[in-house]
Amino acid sequence: MDMMNIIYAVLVLGGLAALFGIVLAVAAKVFEVEVDERYPQIMECLAGANCGGCGYPGCGGCADAIIAGKAPVTACAPAGAEGAAKIAAIMGMEAPSGERMVAHVICNGGEASVKKYEYRGVEDCLGALKVGAGPLECAYGCLGMGSCVKACQFDAIHINEKGVAEVDPEKCTNCGACRNACPRKIITEVPASRKVHVQCANKDKGPVAMKVCKNSCIGCGMCERNCKFDAIHVVDGVAKIDYDKCKGCKICSKVCPRDAIDPISTPEEKEKFKAVLKAQAEKAKAAAEAAKAAEAAKAE
Amino acid sequence: MSLTNLLAISLGAILTNNFIFSQFLGICPFLGVSKKTDTAIGMGLAVTFVMGLASAFTFFVNKLLVALGLEYMQTVAFILVIASLVQFVEMFMKKAMPTLYTALGVYLPLITTNCAVLGVALLNVQSNYNFIESVVYGITGGLGFLLAIFLFAAVRESLEFAETPKCFEGFPIALITAGLLALGFMGFSGMVVWQ
Repeated sequence: MDMMNIIYAVLVLGGLAALFGIVLAVAAKVFEVEVDERYPQIMECLAGANCGGCGYPGCGGCADAIIAGKAPVTACAPAGAEGAAKIAAIMGMEAPSGERMVAHVICNGGEASVKKYEYRGVEDCLGALKVGAGPLECAYGCLGMGSCVKACQFDAIHINEKGVAEVDPEKCTNCGACRNACPRKIITEVPASRKVHVQCANKDKGPVAMKVCKNSCIGCGMCERNCKFDAIHVVDGVAKIDYDKCKGCKICSKVCPRDAIDPISTPEEKEKFKAVLKAQAEKAKAAAEAAKAAEAAKAE
Repeated sequence: MSLTNLLAISLGAILTNNFIFSQFLGICPFLGVSKKTDTAIGMGLAVTFVMGLASAFTFFVNKLLVALGLEYMQTVAFILVIASLVQFVEMFMKKAMPTLYTALGVYLPLITTNCAVLGVALLNVQSNYNFIESVVYGITGGLGFLLAIFLFAAVRESLEFAETPKCFEGFPIALITAGLLALGFMGFSGMVVWQ
């Protein structure tokens, strides 16, 4: 009798399980919903961090949008060029060219900027900005409260020793989270390989910009005049580098009187560059005089 | 079996013996999915749906078990039934009602292991309900869950903006709120005498 009980139990439960199993298997076939076969493939190419940098709800939403053609194949910044190329292959499109972009904070102020007051409120840039338009005299400067640091999922942005947010290009995936978090909107994207950047976003006129920060761009145009590649221009009162033309010679950073262009040159480097310029000018002058003398001799 | 009996069961399931506030079943989704009222309503509806279906199915499974003298296997068999039922419903909805499927979303599979659903099945057996009573108890039990989670979510939403002491912020104050709500529901205990 006991034996029978056990056998019954096993039979009933096993039978039920088998029945449900079969029903589910049949149901899976009958109610099969056609999922776009590209969907799982694209999902594999995406970063899978669900960072939301693409603007869609999670990686699944991004994959849907890419299939629907609403999002570009490069929508997933963390997946990088490699991921974009794979997705492009799946979608039957050509792989996008262009180099990896990283976020970049356009401010070099921090300690060099003039403070309006000392902010002791919530550690949040927007919060600081709400109090008398922020503790900085500069209306374009980084507040250094670290809203972007909190927004970064990849530990790629930190407040540096100057009190300004700085991106680690190695870790940055250009997901755009910091750009969205920054209330000053001073985070842009730049090619990852480039090292020369204008480090000020202040569009104020020279005298005003001069007062609010030691490292502000005053729009003097020294960089523009000295650039040999026509790659830097003063637009709206602040210098901007055209990364298509920039060769990374750093001349602009050496001539900048405000130390507003990265990498900031040391005074020695500047002196050296000035000496070179002087020598070149003298050489040119001598050559011009020689040419004049030769012409005069010819005329005679 | 009369209409008053069914009414008594319904009132009992929704108010007096509310699954969450008096029987403390299904606490996990109650705390987990109650940060926003709309997701809470989605979860409540999904639970109502599955509890009604599960009551109906487990009624027949229980008949089978009783016929074979295997009552001690109720729990295992019910879990099996509920899990496969939820899977089946999920597949069916994905095909037939994609809008409802996306609306319920992740909550449907979550219910597979919800103890309120297993609880309703076992309570049906304990109370010797017939088929109609079981289904009514299942659905109204689910409605009770819906009511509880909706109330709780609504309070939690306003709690976001309330000034709570630092040590109570977030989860602790939510638990206190749940306790107060449960106390409130205790007030119904004198109302229905039949159960």
